[in-house]
This record gives sequence, structure tokens and C-alpha cells, in this order.
Amino acid sequence: MGFPFKPHPRETTVLSKHFGEAEARSLDGWKARGGYQALEQALGMDPVAIQAVVKDSGLRGRGGAGFPTGLKWSFMKLGDGKPHYLCCNADESEPGTFKDREIMRWTPHALIEGCAIAAHAIGAETAYIYIRGEFTEPLDVMERAVDEARKAGVIGKNAMGSGKRVDVWVHKGAGAYICGEETAMMNSLEGKRGNPRIKPPFPAAAGLFGMPTTINNVETLAAVPPILVNGGEWYKKMSRPDNPKSTGTKLWSVCGNVQRPGNYEVVMGFPFKEFLYDLCGGPPKGRKFKAVIPGGSSVPIINMEEADAALMDYEGMVAAGTMLGSAGCIVMDDAQSIPRQVARLARFYAHESCAQCTQCREGTAWTTKILERMVAGDGTAEDFDTLMDLCEQMTGKTICVLSDSCAAPVVSGIQKFRGEFEALITRKTVHTVPAIVA
Amino acid sequence: MSHGPSATGGAAISTSPHGHSSEPYVPVFTGDTKAKLDALLVRYPTKMAALLPALWMVQEARGWVSPEAMAETGQVLGLTAAYVKGVVTFYTMYHQHPVGKHFIQVCTTTPCHVCGAEDVVKAFLDKTGCGELGVTSADGKYTVIEVECLGACGFATPVMVNSDFIESVTPEKVPDLLKNYG
Repeated sequence: MGFPFKPHPRETTVLSKHFGEAEARSLDGWKARGGYQALEQALGMDPVAIQAVVKDSGLRGRGGAGFPTGLKWSFMKLGDGKPHYLCCNADESEPGTFKDREIMRWTPHALIEGCAIAAHAIGAETAYIYIRGEFTEPLDVMERAVDEARKAGVIGKNAMGSGKRVDVWVHKGAGAYICGEETAMMNSLEGKRGNPRIKPPFPAAAGLFGMPTTINNVETLAAVPPILVNGGEWYKKMSRPDNPKSTGTKLWSVCGNVQRPGNYEVVMGFPFKEFLYDLCGGPPKGRKFKAVIPGGSSVPIINMEEADAALMDYEGMVAAGTMLGSAGCIVMDDAQSIPRQVARLARFYAHESCAQCTQCREGTAWTTKILERMVAGDGTAEDFDTLMDLCEQMTGKTICVLSDSCAAPVVSGIQKFRGEFEALITRKTVHTVPAIVA
Repeated sequence: MSHGPSATGGAAISTSPHGHSSEPYVPVFTGDTKAKLDALLVRYPTKMAALLPALWMVQEARGWVSPEAMAETGQVLGLTAAYVKGVVTFYTMYHQHPVGKHFIQVCTTTPCHVCGAEDVVKAFLDKTGCGELGVTSADGKYTVIEVECLGACGFATPVMVNSDFIESVTPEKVPDLLKNYG
């Protein structure tokens, strides 16, 4: 578990092992913990061989989409004579998610090492770490660590004396959720408005500055050094053997109505019920859990029956009717009104829409208006149909998936907690909080 | 730049929307700041890519990004003032007008909302004397806004005061917290 708490015995700490250790932030401290061995090893390897190790490990993207990392790297055409770029997505803005922040605050060199290895593996000489502007402390820590690594020759024009050039630069965002979408991030890095781009072309063909580009999440890149040192087999073996599609460990951010919010690192496939009650300490005293959004605000909301049976990996969450997403787990207890929280989520998406696509610009705004009207006790029976129609128009019809993300909690919220929405309309009542059970 | 006839029927067009036209604009990108920007340019294959960092420098120096500063930034990077404005208006963190000495952003997105962030907002509005969101207090010290997810959801409610990131703020903690920002 993240600083300031000690890890729970059931956690498996690979990425979070050094959270809370101030010395791990410095280059010497990181080297003393075995840091930069993987980079030294990687710089002596053929890029294709690095890709093979990562493919073998089964590592998948930790930003939300879960795309196999080694496969993504292999899309970069080596030796095409063009400059290649690596972008590290540190725009962490998915409500409920705050894991990358801890990685950057405590183990900045883990990320730099991961970036440098990935850059070499895709034939890039330049990596940009795009960090959201609000993350003032992670920005500061990363800037200092990058400077230190560059001055020590770990990165730069002759990285670790290998004769290979690997530049790593920190780039500060300026407040826009959508810049966590990879093509919007590339536009933002280029000094443009953060509007997502139509795909194709995919970034591996024409990405940043029109050149072949790979975008990886912070946690994905931080997992690469231990994989390279210990091997793909080691990573695969940590998680449940009956599901080879989800491997290794995963950082879970837990927030909302729970006794011990924070970051937890568990193996893929960990039982969700045990996680919520034993590791996170269960609901606040006298309350009961009511609903969970397990993968960041963009995934479907699930009830406790579904949550209790779920396994914490990509496939396990799909089987439970939701998604692993960015593993930002928002827990709600029985004091919460689902319509009220769904309306607040819709407001978030309406605020963050880049407004390029009509379905998203209009859809998120109207969804918010209707939901807020319902919550205020002014809803009508037709609102359900209107909302469902809007959500259908917002799904699969736009350049990026922001409006799909707005629709997911609305549709699942209405499906699973319809009674609460209906009560708002039929009885015109606002939510009543049940008494605390002693 | 040419202006068409104004909607008010030929009233004088101010060079600044804030009526400070009598004071000449002092450029931001001179001396050390210019050197800092030049050093950044080596990181990118285009000048345009340095736009976001350059705008951060403007805001650091002036507290906000004025139309004149947008024009200057454009000149330095070979971009039109209109282009720069288009970018500035996309991002929420660039101030397009002056704000209080202490700019307070309270996260109220769902994870914080379920933990009572609304009451934290009320406490700030009350104790700063701002009264309303986005309004600067009469003494010019504070501006309070609600902000969407600050990415520290496990430490509800996170609050940013200028560039300080403060976790686990409750309404009770607000008066003491404000003592650090006089």
C-alpha cells in the first residue's frame, strides 16, 4: 500500500516496493536498490529481443485499454530512417486513479529507466513524459530525477556509455482530462489544442510530429525494468495460472467510502471481495457497501453481488460486467445516492469534452442536464428513454471514447439501480440516507 | 490587426480588455526568461511544441496570460496571436484574467464528492470572504474554484493553493490552512 502505510501481507510489491523511501528518489539510492541494471542490460540487447521478453511476460497496457505492450512496440518499423518517439502518458486524470502519481513521487528513476528501455526497444532516441499540470510534486520530483540521470550520463547522447542516444524530457500539461487520450496528448505536446485525432493513421505509423510513436502509461513502463531483469516467465508466474491473458501485478487505487483508501499492489486475478474487505478494511463503520466503479470513472458501475464474485484482472472484470480500466476503484456506501453520483460523473464528462464531435458535445451536456433535473425532483418518466437514446448516440460514434465513457456509468447506473431513479420521479423525493447500523 | 466597427457604434477600441492600455506592455521573454525558453527549444523538433511551456513561463511571471502576452508568445515562437489564444482557451490552468494572490482549487469530482467535498468548497468560500465561485475576494487575496479530478482521490479532498498540493482537507481544517496564505 502506498505511503504512508505499510503494505498489507497479501500484497505483492514489485512497483510499490520502495514507496515512502526518500532515498529511492535519488540516482544513488535507486542504483543501491538494483536500479539501472535493466537499462544497462537492455542497451546491449537487440530491440527485437527486448520486445520478445516483454511479449513473453504478457505485460498489458496499464492506462486503461490493456493492449499487449510487446506487441505495441513491435508495430514500430525499425530502421525506417525516420525519427521515432516514445510518449509516456503521465496525464493521470481518470477519476478514481492516483497510482502513477505515487510511482513518480517515490520511484522516478523506475520510470526513467522504463522510458529509456522502451525508447531503445522501439528505435527512438527521444522520450517525452507528459505529466498533468496539477501534479506539481511529481513534476518537481521527475524533473530533478531526469536532470540527475542526464548529468550522470545514464541518459543523454551516450546513455550508460553504450554509444546510444536516449533523451528523456518532462513536459507539463495545462489542465485537460482529454489529453490523457493518446492522440490528444500528441497534439498537446506539439503545442496545439488537445483535440483527439482520427485513427488511422495509428501513432506507430504517424504520431508525434508526424513520426512513428508509441504511447505507454507510467505503470506499464515502470514494470519493464523488473521484467527485463527477472525474465518474462517470472512475471507470468505471479498471477493465477488459469488465466494467461492477465499477468504480473497491478496497482489499484482505492477511494470513496472505504476504511483504508490508498494504493495497493496485488497479483492479477486477486479476489475482489477479499481485497475490499481485508486489504481496504471494508466500509466505514456502521455502513454497507452499495456499489463499486472498479476501473476508473469510465467503466460500468457494478453492485456488490457482482463485485463480491469478481476477480481482479482484465478478464475477471469483464466477466463481472465491467472493466479493469485504469484500476481506479471508486467505492460507494449505502449513504450515497446513485443518481446523484452518476449525475456528478456526467458533469465531469460534460466539462471535459473537447467539443469536436456533436454527439459528445451535446450528449454529455444534455445527459448532465437531464440527470441533474431528475436529482432535483423534476424528472419525468420519459427521461429514461431520452437518456438511453442519448447514451446510444454517444457510444461508438465519435473520434475518441470520452462520450462512451460518459454513457457507461449512466447506462449501468440506471440498469442496476433503476429503483433509485424511479423513486426520484414517482415520489419526487430526494435521496434519504439510511441510519448507521451499530 | 484590424478591428471592424464596434458593436457599440464606434466607441474607442481599447488595446486591452481590462482597460490598462495606458500602461505600456512589458515583454516577458527577455533576459533569463528568454534564455530559459531558448534552452527548452532544443527538446523539440518544432518551435510550436514549446508553446505550453512558454505559456507557463508567462503565467509564472505575470500571474495570468493577457492578450498582449499571447501576442508576444506567438511572436517569439512564430505563431499568430489568434493561434495562441486558441490554445490558451483550451486548457483550464491558464488564467485568462487576473486572479487573487492565492488561487484555490477544490476537487469536487465523484470520488471527492462522495467524501463530502461540497462542504470543503463551502468552507473556503466562507472563510476567504469570496462568497461565490470564481469571484476574487474584496482584498484581492483569494479566488476559489471547483476543479475536476486532481488525481489524488484516496486523499479526499485534495486542494491546490497556487502550486501547493494539499491532501485530505476537511471543512474543519480550512481556517488553519488559510493562515499559511495571508
